[in-house]
Amino acid sequence: MLPGPYDLSLVEGSITTPQDLTRIQQIRAQSNYLVTIGACATAGGIQALRNFKDVKEFINIVYAHPDYIDTLATSTAIAEHVNVDFELRGCPINKQQLLEVINAFLHRRKPNIPSYSVCIECKQRGNPCVMVMGKPCLGPVTHAGCGAICPSYQRGCYGCFGPMETPNMSALGDWLLQKGMPQKDWVRSLRTFNANAPAFKEESDKHELRE
Amino acid sequence: MNSENKTRTIKVDYLARVEGEGALYLKIQGGKLEEVQLKIFEPPRFFEGFLRGRHFSEAPDITARICGICPIAYQMSAVHAIENAFNITIGGTLRDLRRLVYCGEWISSHALHIFMLHAPDFLGYESAIHMAKDFPQKVEQGLQLKKMGGVLMSLVGGREIHPINIRVGGFYRAPSKQELQTLVPALKQAREDALETVRWVASFDFPDFEQQYTFISLRHENEYPLNEGQIVSNQGLSIPASRFDDYFEEIHVAHTNALHCVLKADHHPYHVGPMARYALNFDRLPESIQWEAKQAGLDRICRNPFKSIIVRAIEILYACEEALRIINTYTTPAASFVEIEPKPAIGYAVTEAPRGILYHRYQIDGEGDIVDCDIIPPTSQNQKMIEEDLKQFVPRYLKLSDERLQWYAEQAIRNYDPCISCATHFLKLNIDRS
Repeated sequence: MLPGPYDLSLVEGSITTPQDLTRIQQIRAQSNYLVTIGACATAGGIQALRNFKDVKEFINIVYAHPDYIDTLATSTAIAEHVNVDFELRGCPINKQQLLEVINAFLHRRKPNIPSYSVCIECKQRGNPCVMVMGKPCLGPVTHAGCGAICPSYQRGCYGCFGPMETPNMSALGDWLLQKGMPQKDWVRSLRTFNANAPAFKEESDKHELRE
Repeated sequence: MNSENKTRTIKVDYLARVEGEGALYLKIQGGKLEEVQLKIFEPPRFFEGFLRGRHFSEAPDITARICGICPIAYQMSAVHAIENAFNITIGGTLRDLRRLVYCGEWISSHALHIFMLHAPDFLGYESAIHMAKDFPQKVEQGLQLKKMGGVLMSLVGGREIHPINIRVGGFYRAPSKQELQTLVPALKQAREDALETVRWVASFDFPDFEQQYTFISLRHENEYPLNEGQIVSNQGLSIPASRFDDYFEEIHVAHTNALHCVLKADHHPYHVGPMARYALNFDRLPESIQWEAKQAGLDRICRNPFKSIIVRAIEILYACEEALRIINTYTTPAASFVEIEPKPAIGYAVTEAPRGILYHRYQIDGEGDIVDCDIIPPTSQNQKMIEEDLKQFVPRYLKLSDERLQWYAEQAIRNYDPCISCATHFLKLNIDRS
């Protein structure tokens, strides 16, 4: 590996071990720009499901010798620990968007990554709305970037890119519950790869209490 | 003091050209190899824990996230295990479509390993980027092959990384015959590229290192195995996936966040992956591919792990051939999935991930929620085998400098294309319960 300092560091993965914490600070110190990519780095990823339970329980389920395992109780986004210059969302990220981000930083301009919802991408593709066909869809609250692939394959969006900018969570939640979705399913659909993203977390916590 | 008595330790803190984070530790004392540890320090992950309390329909989307290189393998083992629980067998076109998307993953994953990770070892380059300077056409060919696999996964699976179109019971949407036919010209080209690749990698120099392995793979009555078959070995084993736990077990050792798999009967390690599939299913390959394998210098069984690169190339060739066959006979199905009614049950499945057999077990309740599950990825099954190979291989090269010795040792690890990310999440084990 080339020694630092670095013009642009791309960081994937979340903070889940004590070693990660020191390592990310070293990387930040050596980087002019630090960009986090993917749901793990931007929201704690699927590993953040541990944040909703006692991590010891998970260790005991998976490992015969829990004492060998060194891990933090939570999985958190990089931006919770160091200053981050840009967050590129998605599980997985979109490679065209990654090129755009790198290009933008090389040219010292703002990346052109829309923060609107998947609904806009559906309209751009000319997809009929899957909600109209009675399929629950996270598209109205989910950040664009995938190209609305799920509705294009006749299934509802399941939120790989996390919350859009200022999503109206309760409007969608109330609508889906009113249409007969069990409370439990609404909570589960928000707790996947971006469970710890504040908008998704707040809404799922609220409904878990009601459950 | 005689230099023979010196203690040499070789530590590789971050193994390069493997998937995920792992380290190697070799201790040599008095001219003898004393200790070998392949350490997996990729942070522990808790997938089986996360799956508890989730609906069965979420399993393919969640388990896909275990690996960005072989998500289809996880989705396939998940859907087959859950269908097994509900006594459902998916046949006909939907079954073919599953084979097709799996072929895409084999092409993509094997091409990545052959060209980007493994070939630089044989040609003496630090990385594929360094190799590209002298072999631009080869690196380009590798990227084209990898892209072909990705295109197949994107069309059938909806996305090449973490595909969205795989569901229990079938697919959310089945592609039309016309859509699939658009891939034919590129697949024919990929088949040509794969053939060239077989011949190219066969020309590499291989260390003389034949091992007596216990090979484990699936075996199907008339196909080269992907999604179905008995678990078989070259020692006469033949069992269904549901008996996996009776014959294999995992041991949690201190130096790694992955669990070691061994045969229950004698606690011996075993070998899964392309070499095992090939050895146990040579007769299931089309004759033309058998002939190419022989031309490439392979016998019906290949016992030299360094030659796994040739076997991977043969499997890319097979996957291209099989994809073309499936597209040729495909008819757009009337329904893209079978409806499923949950009931309390346990289901098992083993499928052939690019790196070897991948076992899933799910216990599901009457609501369709997952009560408990086990996932055993191929790299955890191979991890002890890799250490055994190092124990046999490294002593032959002890006279070499640390740098050269490390080079060979790393190459011996890369023979298995270890996916360390996959290997860091395992089931609870009962071994210490007494």
